[in-house]
Amino acid sequence: MSGKTLYDKLWHSHLVEQRDDGSALIYIDRQLIHEVTSPQAFEGLRIAGRQPWRRDANLAVPDHNVPTEARERSGGVAAIVDPVSRLQVQTLDDNCQDFDIVEIEINDVRQGIVHVVGPEQGATLPGMTVVCGDSHTSTHGALGALAHGIGTSEVEHALATQCLVQMKMKNLLVRIDGELARGVSAKDVALAVIGKIGTAGGTGYAIEFGGEVIRNMSMEGRMTMCNMSIEAGARMGMVAVDDTTLEYVRGRPFAPSGELWDQAVAAWSDLHSDADAVFDRIVELRGEDIKPQVSWGTSPEMVLPVDGILPDPEAMENESQRTAARRALEYMGLRAGMAITDIKPDRVFIGSCTNSRIEDLRAAAEVVRGKHVAPSIKQALVVPGSGKVKQQAEAEGLDKVFLEAGMEWREPGCSMCLAMNADKLGAGEHCASTSNRNFEGRQGFGGRTHLVSPAMAAAAAVAGHFVDVRDW
Amino acid sequence: MKSFTVLTGLAAPMDRANVDTDLIIPKQFLKSIKRSGFGPNLFDELRYMDEGQPGQDCSTRPLNPDFPLNQARYQGASILLARENFGCGSSREHAPWALEDYGFRCVIAPSYADIFYNNCFKNGVLPIVLDAALVDSLFSQMYDQEGYQLTVDLAKQTVITPAGEEYRFEVDAFRKHCLLNGLDDIGLTLESADAIRRYEEGWREQSPWLFDVIK
Ligand code: SF4
Repeated sequence: MSGKTLYDKLWHSHLVEQRDDGSALIYIDRQLIHEVTSPQAFEGLRIAGRQPWRRDANLAVPDHNVPTEARERSGGVAAIVDPVSRLQVQTLDDNCQDFDIVEIEINDVRQGIVHVVGPEQGATLPGMTVVCGDSHTSTHGALGALAHGIGTSEVEHALATQCLVQMKMKNLLVRIDGELARGVSAKDVALAVIGKIGTAGGTGYAIEFGGEVIRNMSMEGRMTMCNMSIEAGARMGMVAVDDTTLEYVRGRPFAPSGELWDQAVAAWSDLHSDADAVFDRIVELRGEDIKPQVSWGTSPEMVLPVDGILPDPEAMENESQRTAARRALEYMGLRAGMAITDIKPDRVFIGSCTNSRIEDLRAAAEVVRGKHVAPSIKQALVVPGSGKVKQQAEAEGLDKVFLEAGMEWREPGCSMCLAMNADKLGAGEHCASTSNRNFEGRQGFGGRTHLVSPAMAAAAAVAGHFVDVRDW
Repeated sequence: MKSFTVLTGLAAPMDRANVDTDLIIPKQFLKSIKRSGFGPNLFDELRYMDEGQPGQDCSTRPLNPDFPLNQARYQGASILLARENFGCGSSREHAPWALEDYGFRCVIAPSYADIFYNNCFKNGVLPIVLDAALVDSLFSQMYDQEGYQLTVDLAKQTVITPAGEEYRFEVDAFRKHCLLNGLDDIGLTLESADAIRRYEEGWREQSPWLFDVIK
């Protein structure tokens, strides 16, 4: 019999009931909750007269709607100017109070983007099943957890039963061996993978990221990779547990300590795919082939290396690709044959659950240190992923580096990643963004997003157009 | 949840690949704390010429005349014909809520993003997968024939065209059962409460660090 993949192991250790029709009842260890996808779930519980199955399995934090400007932020929930946003954050507070769920509130220093906060607080751990009403829950797979996004009905389902009805996915191994060039980061690897397999390439699969490049990657980098697996169509991405994982988890507030720590480490030592495990599909990339990436269109698969030339839709294989590329170029206000380096962003956004951890901010700060944002840039926002990241960055003086370069240093939250608060693009504006989605209107009505790494975003801010950070 | 048995209805097109959930229902409408009322904002950015705001009266907004759902021939449609990877991107359940609230009970496409596909079943919307070439021919038939109606029979797992051609589609037995009977998932799962408790006790013993930490 062949060995098991990491996904198989996580699945089997959480299997409550296997049903004849192929579906299974899977136990959920941790549910993260934010203000946007939870109100209707709590309402559902209320209507049915149900209570959460296990209160201590849940942790809530508002992130999508919170203002990132210090002045508006300092007044807490009551000071949120947009009444609709205020109501949503207030509703989360009220629901957590009513159902006795622990919430990290808006001005708690631990507040931040739910996918930054979970690992940072040790609220998400290796070997867990983690869900959240948010597709980027895949991020937590970096810890060797089975983590994926769910819809609001499932949020309610997990609250009420501590389980979800699931179908097992197929196994996809994305193996990246070799070495990355200086200036090439996890974000570039993630975009290169999506460029290769497409936004539906991972549909129906659980992805495991492996190979030398991943093993040498920091936890921050692995989180960036897993975060973007949903952009490749896979609900979940994961990485085997190793010393890097343990070093990261050790000492986190909700992580085990003392004897329990030893016990946990022993249990986690099996959280990797067996050498003879069989994957349904394997995709391989070489680290040294990966260049810094920039997306040019309105889907993350419309991505090119920084030295690339925008494609000609008419030269594409099939009609559906041609239509999509034509539409994308038109929406983006770009022409076939243009060089990526000729694209000039109007705004720069460094943040989001993809790239707002300390390592991301360090990489961006390194690039802008002692330099200044180009006069053509209307705004360059740096939004740390959590209050803790912010504290750490300030202790290292990164905030000063950004401010001296003419960038804005904000309070933590989702911010311009999806523009649910006041941070958005104007119509027609191009943005060099470290977020994960370049869909039409994602960062503001008519806004044009280019997905890049933190270093690439910072370099574009200084140069006024995209440049290759390998030459920086 | 509304049950789904047999549906005969007008088909309307969403003729592009990789339609993401941001396009189905833009994020500004996610600020609602309700579960209904998203229909007027379905495909908001394509449907209207201006930028929609939550809570706004949509009846006075300028419509995009080129968008099919604004055309007389597609009024009252309940079946949406779509292209591959429909519903990709964000996990927002507001997407099927908006489709359902607008009046769509069924989507037919060559493929879907996983989370969206799953969310549809929770909301009485049936996402049908048919072969890409077949979907293509349904599109052409629909464009050629005003008032083009399809019949979807979930029990028999068939789509029937006006010409009487029958096409079979696949659907998991469990999802089919729930949708046919309009069953509440949570109630069904709670029938296994003893199994959940047994599992939980064992798991707690094996992994005590996962319990009673967040409080
Ligand atoms: S940062 Fe962006 S992608 Fe991440 S949770 Fe927030 S809105 Fe979603």
